[in-house]
Amino acid sequence: MKSVMLNRRMGRSRFSVFDTLNITALLALMVVTLYPFVNMAAVSLNQAVDTTLGSNFIWPRKFTLYNYKVILKDSIIYQAFMISVLRTVVGTFTSVFCTAMLAYTLSRKEYILRSPISMIFVFTMYFSGGLIPVFMLIKSLGLTNSFWVYIIPGLVSAFNLIIMRSFIDGLPEDLVESAKIDGANDFTVFIRVVLPLCMPAIATVSLFVAVGQWNSWIDTFLYNSANSNLSTLQYELLKKIQSANLSIGGSATSAFLNQQNAQANMVTPVSMRAAITMLATVPILLVYPFLQKYFIKGMTLGGVKE
Amino acid sequence: MELKIESASMKHKPKQSQFVADLKRLRRQKLLLLMSIPFVIYVIVFSYLPLWGWLMAFQKYKLGSNIMNNEWVGLKYFRELFQDDMFMHVLRNTLAMSIINLVFGFVSSIVLALMLNEVRKVFFKRIVQTVSYLPHFISWVVAANLIMTIFSLDGVVNTILLKLHLISEPILLMSEPKAFWWMIGLTNVWKEVGWNAIIYLAAMAMINPSLYEAAEMDGAGRFRKMWSITLPSMLPLIVILLIMNIGRILDAGFEQQYLLMNTMVVDYAQTIDIFVLKYGINLSRYSFATAAGIFKSVISIILLVMANQFAKRMGQSRLY
Repeated sequence: MKSVMLNRRMGRSRFSVFDTLNITALLALMVVTLYPFVNMAAVSLNQAVDTTLGSNFIWPRKFTLYNYKVILKDSIIYQAFMISVLRTVVGTFTSVFCTAMLAYTLSRKEYILRSPISMIFVFTMYFSGGLIPVFMLIKSLGLTNSFWVYIIPGLVSAFNLIIMRSFIDGLPEDLVESAKIDGANDFTVFIRVVLPLCMPAIATVSLFVAVGQWNSWIDTFLYNSANSNLSTLQYELLKKIQSANLSIGGSATSAFLNQQNAQANMVTPVSMRAAITMLATVPILLVYPFLQKYFIKGMTLGGVKE
Repeated sequence: MELKIESASMKHKPKQSQFVADLKRLRRQKLLLLMSIPFVIYVIVFSYLPLWGWLMAFQKYKLGSNIMNNEWVGLKYFRELFQDDMFMHVLRNTLAMSIINLVFGFVSSIVLALMLNEVRKVFFKRIVQTVSYLPHFISWVVAANLIMTIFSLDGVVNTILLKLHLISEPILLMSEPKAFWWMIGLTNVWKEVGWNAIIYLAAMAMINPSLYEAAEMDGAGRFRKMWSITLPSMLPLIVILLIMNIGRILDAGFEQQYLLMNTMVVDYAQTIDIFVLKYGINLSRYSFATAAGIFKSVISIILLVMANQFAKRMGQSRLY
């Protein structure tokens, strides 16, 4: 009995050995997770020539915004940034609207095609035609070298559809019924009644789609690499990384080291990459922490239901 | 309720009239049809039509030709695939990296969830979680740049290892063929562990607190409670996720390896997906590459069904 009491007290005491170890480990995890980002941010804000002397710092030694000025003046990077923004905005809006509309029809219990359509979408989670057949299809549809290849192929995904539908299924049925008694048709009910109530699900799906759009580079690489006007930020960053990879090992200490006098107005591939990396990361950083409670709910819904 | 009565009364009518009744109902649902059929066409075109392209693997496909007019060659390309040394290499790499990712991924995210579950300061817990999601949201392109910076010759990892005298001169871990699979596993954990822990934390929150209270009364300590209550309560979830992941075992990935590999490690880095891309798009061997893709899809479905069957036999929860 004594040992039970002891155990219970141990479990509830404010700071046991276990707690200390646990919290230390979690702090270590945070450091490991954050260090690469903080380091990259510091490099992007540090004078390029100074960075060649060693790049392991978390605060810029010689602060400058010059690296950012250079990449934003670069017309290719600027254009790619604008395309990335555009595809994220247009892609998210169309995808979320279409997903929600389809989810609404599938949550109408009287809809006769409700389960066959659901099945058609759910199956797509378990197979795919594969890279080459999809590539051929996109080509034959004339979607190569076009902005629409960023929007159309990923318009509605089964995963997002499930999240949206589970949410709409949970709304009180009376709302739809009473709107219908007032003479509203399904489209009006969807726009006026259901859509405004779906904001949590819309936030979740928007985040997933927007992040996917912003981060995507394979579609640019496969379908639009011939048209530099349609390049995206991620793809431009990829090209920069790959050209650096060719000269592997000599990352920081290569060129420019002897040109100390022109320090302030120099830029190296390393610093440029750091600035582009930050440009690609910051928008995400600004959004995801505020949508946490939504995507956690979305994950637990979409993850367990098939 | 209304629906039940309707379908019950229909059972007694002959089939013909049910069809007519369905059509009548459908006519009243014109707007719902209009709101959903475009997406049915969409999914058929973009997800099901490519399956038609599988035929390419059984013929000598020429670009721009009609798929029905090509010469049929049967299983020629599949035979070539299994005689191809490169493909065997790629298959080995894919399986190795998948298994490492599967084990690392499961263990790390369950452990993280257990650790977070023990934190009583809500504020601290929330901060750790928020930070741990961050890498999930960045692209592999950005992640690859971060990872290659950290592991570069003058990067922080080499600096620390040198200071600890664990190595005498800097090493390029990302260019070490023997280390590559493990680096993939490790970097994957770095990127996804926080995200993957979400679902386990949610499951832990659902466990009835009276179970823990009862265990405490019986004198169970922290680890005993984890082992005897938390883990068994999560077993059904773990099994379902395991089944889903076994179905994806040939999906070792494309982006991560493609972006992190270099000429030094290429023999250990290429996965089936990279192989398909290389042969199909770069070398225009469409039929051959499609055969490789089909092989992957078919094996995946077989594995999914097998894992599910196994879970059923073990009396565990299952996917379908």
